[in-house]
Order: sequence, then structure tokens, then C-alpha cells
Amino acid sequence: MTEIRLETIRKAYGDVEVIHGVDLEVRSGEFVVFVGPSGCGKSTLLRIIAGLEDITSGSLKIDGTEVNHVTAADRGLSMVFQSYALYPHMTVYKNMAFGLENSRMPKAEIDARVREAAAMLQITDYLNRRPKALSGGQRQRVAIGRAIVREPRAFLFDEPLSNLDAELRVTMRKELAALHAKIGGTMIYVTHDQIEAMTLADRIVVLQKGRIEQVGKPLELYNRPQNLFVAGFIGSPRMNLIETTVTEGPALVSGAARIALPPGAPVTPGASVTAGFRPEHLDIVEGDGDIAVTVTFAEQLGGETYLYCAAEGLPQITVHRPGQLPVEKGQALSLRLDRKQLHLFDADGQVLANGLANG
Amino acid sequence: MADATAQSRPGVLAMLTARRGRGKLHWTDVFSYIYLGLGVLLMFGPVIWLALSSFKTPAGLVEFPPTLLPLGQISVPVEGYDDPLLLFSVTTETGETRELAQIRRIGIVRQMVDPAAPDERIDVPIDAAEPIREFDMAWENYTDPLQRFDFTRYLWNSVVVTVVATAITLLINSMAAYGLAIYDFRGRNGIMLLVIGTLMIPITVILVPVYLVVTQMGLVNSLWAVILPGAATPTGVFLLRQYMLTIPRDLIEAARMDKASEWAIYWKVVMPLAMPALAVLAIFSVMWRWNDFLWPLIVLNRSEVYTLQVGLNAFQGELNVQWHYILAMTVVTLIPVVVVFAFLQRFITTGIAASGMK
Ligand SMILES: Nc1ncnc2c1ncn2[C@@H]1O[C@H](COP(=O)(O)OP(=O)(O)O)[C@@H](O)[C@H]1O
Ligand SMILES: [Mg+2]
Repeated sequence: MTEIRLETIRKAYGDVEVIHGVDLEVRSGEFVVFVGPSGCGKSTLLRIIAGLEDITSGSLKIDGTEVNHVTAADRGLSMVFQSYALYPHMTVYKNMAFGLENSRMPKAEIDARVREAAAMLQITDYLNRRPKALSGGQRQRVAIGRAIVREPRAFLFDEPLSNLDAELRVTMRKELAALHAKIGGTMIYVTHDQIEAMTLADRIVVLQKGRIEQVGKPLELYNRPQNLFVAGFIGSPRMNLIETTVTEGPALVSGAARIALPPGAPVTPGASVTAGFRPEHLDIVEGDGDIAVTVTFAEQLGGETYLYCAAEGLPQITVHRPGQLPVEKGQALSLRLDRKQLHLFDADGQVLANGLANG
Repeated sequence: MADATAQSRPGVLAMLTARRGRGKLHWTDVFSYIYLGLGVLLMFGPVIWLALSSFKTPAGLVEFPPTLLPLGQISVPVEGYDDPLLLFSVTTETGETRELAQIRRIGIVRQMVDPAAPDERIDVPIDAAEPIREFDMAWENYTDPLQRFDFTRYLWNSVVVTVVATAITLLINSMAAYGLAIYDFRGRNGIMLLVIGTLMIPITVILVPVYLVVTQMGLVNSLWAVILPGAATPTGVFLLRQYMLTIPRDLIEAARMDKASEWAIYWKVVMPLAMPALAVLAIFSVMWRWNDFLWPLIVLNRSEVYTLQVGLNAFQGELNVQWHYILAMTVVTLIPVVVVFAFLQRFITTGIAASGMK
């Protein structure tokens, strides 16, 4: 079992710093997912851990030993690349055996390990094929198999599913989760897809522009985002975010919205506050609500309904309700939001409150 | 294209008589065939001419007007003469034709003799006699140099030089290319420019210095003197490096994670993937080495180390040129290049297309 620690890791390409001091502890046997928009430095961070990029400053420790100057080969980690990076001129068997041959393992043991991994991943039938003759999903399995046979101290995945079609992605996601349950092991997984992150992770690390925005369990990030970025990034469809001004009462006012807050809410009159509320935390009410909207588009899926609404002076508001609603395009609605599920952020985007008393 | 192969593939004849329209002869067909025909004639004409001429006797070669096929004049043994005499068909004044052998030619008169009655001499004006020929392959053009003049040895030397030099060229050029393609370091492009820059230096400029080095090393008159100096070629480094740059970085990094040593990455990952470029370079190297003349001529002075090209030169004396031997041995020198091409040509098209070189 392997524990990985990052201590104020910085990475610069020439004069451009792309990782600005990252502190993180990955616990033994944990499945950690790095998630963030494209270009935020996820891959760079993963490659630093793998040993494929030098560290500009800071310290990387595996099981307590600093490995800043240990080569990729000697860190004992396996990596699955986004492009799979299978050797095109070798058969599937050779692809999986290559790493073991390089560590001069006896032939019989190599064979046993390759066959065991192949059986687990159901690729035994393709062992003699070249990667060219495999489908995307099969190549993916081979790439994972190549990582498994080495029995590494930890697995690193760089967007392993992003080249697969949607259906296969869901299947492989489940298989990866099953794999982790089966072989255990520390895994670090990079993705830009927050659904993958939510479904796979023990803990999620949200990155933006080379900084960690928040680390936590999936539902912790969902329920208690520490800043605007995490609030907007986690959850699909996105959380509704509206910029408001605090008035006496206290209440939040912006365009067609007037949200009265319970006394003792952590806001000061005159300040600007961003209010965040998830689509499923909006009720449609008779009479006066918090926001008056007009439905611009309704998605009736049978089991659930999504309403996309316009309101004066506000961005689009999304409403998600279970079941079927007798709502039509162009209809005016009054929405009330659940104070217990209301998130407030200050002008710097830091959280003021995740949920208030019902007022 | 793809489904044409999947169904029934057309035969050679159908391919050669293919037309644009179905059955009808479009003007572009005519144009294409003339154009292609001219191309074939230009490309293959000289080679075929060479091959056919290499079977001609010295007399057949200097004959005017020249004949296409190797036709030798028939000669017959005649009693009372040591050498066989050339046979002519002679039209006599009475209009009948006889077969006579020529003893000698004096001015415009041939002194001739009837092989059946060797005692009687007949004078015939030259334009009344027509040589009698038959199709005759002069194999001795090939067998003589190969047996008497040690051409097998030259052939062997050429093969050794070509094979060893090509192997060394591939090895060290690919190593340099690996360094310049796989490692990312400051000044990498500068070094590459320097390497390519050496292409600008004409060989004649470095001839003397290189000769001095080779002499100092005591290599003169050994095949190493030919093999070593040209082993590192800027063209080869450039070609291989550009190709290696197209190998995805992920593969190299995957190999690093797989505990592969740098040598293993070079030998087991990059080299197999650079096969097309290596094949192209191999073809070039074989052609360069096989056809190389100037440098071997300078450093090889003893006939037992001659390569074919230098050996060929020996037939070209100051006073007389033994064209029949030169032609025959030229054909021999063409054969390996053709064979190499035949085996590696599927790489060369992809390679040339990929590297944009020729
Ligand atoms: N070799 C490099 N040289 C310069 N900049 C780089 C290099 N590799 C990555 N970057 C920059 O670092 C940032 C993070 O990249 P990356 O880690 O690949 O992002 P992602 O989160 O999409 O995986 C990007 O802005 C990218 O432009
Ligand atoms: Mg990436």
C-alpha cells in the first residue's frame, strides 16, 4: 500500500508557472480523482508524480521517501495514457510483458502474470493480436492490463476514457470501479468530466489554473462547495448562480429576484453576494415566491422534468423536478428556493454559508 | 479502389489496355498512352539497350549502323587458314548469290574464298558482299571478366563495402537521430542545423584532409578506408530524425514507465517504429556505396581491394576501351540495386512521401 504526499509542488515551463504550489496527501488504497477544466494542470501534476516531468520546487514523497530525483522507472508506478500508448509493433502479450521483461523477471512468472491479468480483463482471446486490430475499448483494457501486470505501488490514469464513445465510457467506468474494489491499490485518476469524478472517486481534487480549489468526498463537494468555482463545476446541470446585492432585512435583491434571508445570515447590507442554488432545490409555488420567471424551454423526460427559465435581469435559471409537470413554454412561474440548500459566496468567490436556517 | 480489389482484380493485360471511358477511346487515353509510352522509352530504353549491347561481340558493338539485337557474324573454319573466316553472302556479276569467306579486305575490294574450294581466290567489290549473321549471345563478355580478370573478387569487395557500410550508417545515423529527436534540450535545433549545414560542403573540399586522415590511420588499401569516412551522413540523420519526431511522445514515456533502459527504448521501441525511414536510408546507402567511384579510386590502389566501379575503370585504357566488358560488368553492377529496390520499394514510397525527400 502506498501513500503519496505533495508538498508545495511548483512547476514552471521557462518563465511560465503552471502549477502554483500544490499540497496534497493521497492516502494508501485511496481512489483520488483530479478534476478541472482543460489546461488547468491536471496532466502536469500527474506526470510530476509519475516522474515524467521535473519538479521546479517543492517535495514529492512516496511512502515518506522523497522521490524528486528518482527516475520514472524506479518509482514503481504504472500509468495509463489517454492515447493508450500501446506499442504498435508488439502483440498484446508483448505489450503487457514488456515492462516485466525489462525488470528481468523469469519467463514463467511473466507468462503467469500476463495470463492472469488478461483473464481478469477478458482479453485472453486477443493476446496474439497487434493493437491495430483491436477496438477502442479493447485497447483500453490492454493499456490497463499493462499497468496491472507490473503490480505497481500506485496506478496513474490520465483521462483514460476520453477517447471512448459515451456508452463504452459508462461500461468502462463501472469496470474501473470494480477493478479498484478487487485489486485495491492507490489510484490517481485525471479527468475533466465531473460525472466520472463523482462516480469513481473516494476523494476529488478540484483544480483550476494550477491551484487546488477544494479537496473532499464527492458529496462533500456537492453539498458544501468552498468557493464559486467548485459550486459551478460540480453538478450537472450546473448550480444556478446569481449576483445579488444585500439589502436591509436582510434580503438578496437582483432583477426579478428578492430572496429574504433568515435573521443572523452572515451577510452585511450593501455587500454584493452571489447566491447559488441547485436546480432540484427550487419549488414552484402559487402566489409570491422568491423569483418570478418565464419558462423558455421545458424538457419533459417522463420520470423528471427540466425547466429552463428566463427572468428579468438574471441569467438563465434551471429547475429540476421529479415526475411530470403541467408546464408549457411561455408560462409564468413563481419559484421558491430552499433556504437550507442555499449557498452564499462573497465578492471574492469564497463561501459565506452552505445552507441557512429555513426563514 | 478498395472494392475493385475485393471483387475480381483486373489482369495485367486489362490494366495495360485500360481506358477512361468504357470501351471508347477518349482523347485523354491517347494522350496518356503516348505520354506513358514516352516515359517507359526514356526510362527503360537505355537500360534495355545496355543489356542487349552487353551481349554483343566487340565487332558487333562498333558496327554501323548499329543493330538492336546481339547479332554475331558467322565465321567458318577454312582449310589452309589458321583463324576462322567471316562468312558473306555475295552477289556475283551474273546475279547468283554465293556464300564466301573473307580472307582480307584491301581498299574497296574483298579477297574471298569459297569454303568448299579453298584453293581459288575471288576478288569481290565490298558493296556486293553482305555479312551473314545469326543471333549470338557473347557470354564471354560476362565469363571473361568474372573468371580471368578477378571480377568476382571486385564483386565481393563491393558487396562487403555496401553491406558493412550500410549497416554502420543505419546504426550510427539512427543513434544520432534518436538523440536529436527523443531528447529535448536547449540547442537541439542548432545542432541539427549544423548537421544539415555539412551538406553544403562539397566532397571535393574535404577529399584531401580525409585522405590524409585515412593515410595516417594506415587504412589505405583496406576496405575500411572506403567504409568508414562516409558512414555518418547528414541526410540520413535528418531523414531519420524527422521520422522519429512523428513517433508519439507517449510511447517513449510509456516505455520509460515500463522500466526500459534508454538502449531498450532505442532498440526495441524507436527502431522498429522507424522501419520505413530506415528502409529508405538503407536503399539510399546501398545506392551511394555501390555506385561510389571517386573515393574508392583514391584510397584503393591494389587490384585485390578494388570495388566493382574501380575495377570497371580498368577496362578503360588510355588507348583502347574494352566496351564489351564494360557493358557486361555495368549490367552486373545494376543487378543488386534492382534487387534491393524490389525488396524495399514498398517502404520507399511511404518513406519518401513521409519525409518529402528523394
Ligand atoms: N511542455 C510544456 N511547455 C509549456 N507549457 C506546457 C507544457 N505542457 C503543458 N503546458 C501548459 O501547462 C498547462 C497545464 O497543462 P496540462 O497539465 O496538460 O492541462 P490539463 O489539465 O488539460 O491536463 C497548460 O496551460 C499548458 O499550456
Ligand atoms: Mg491533460
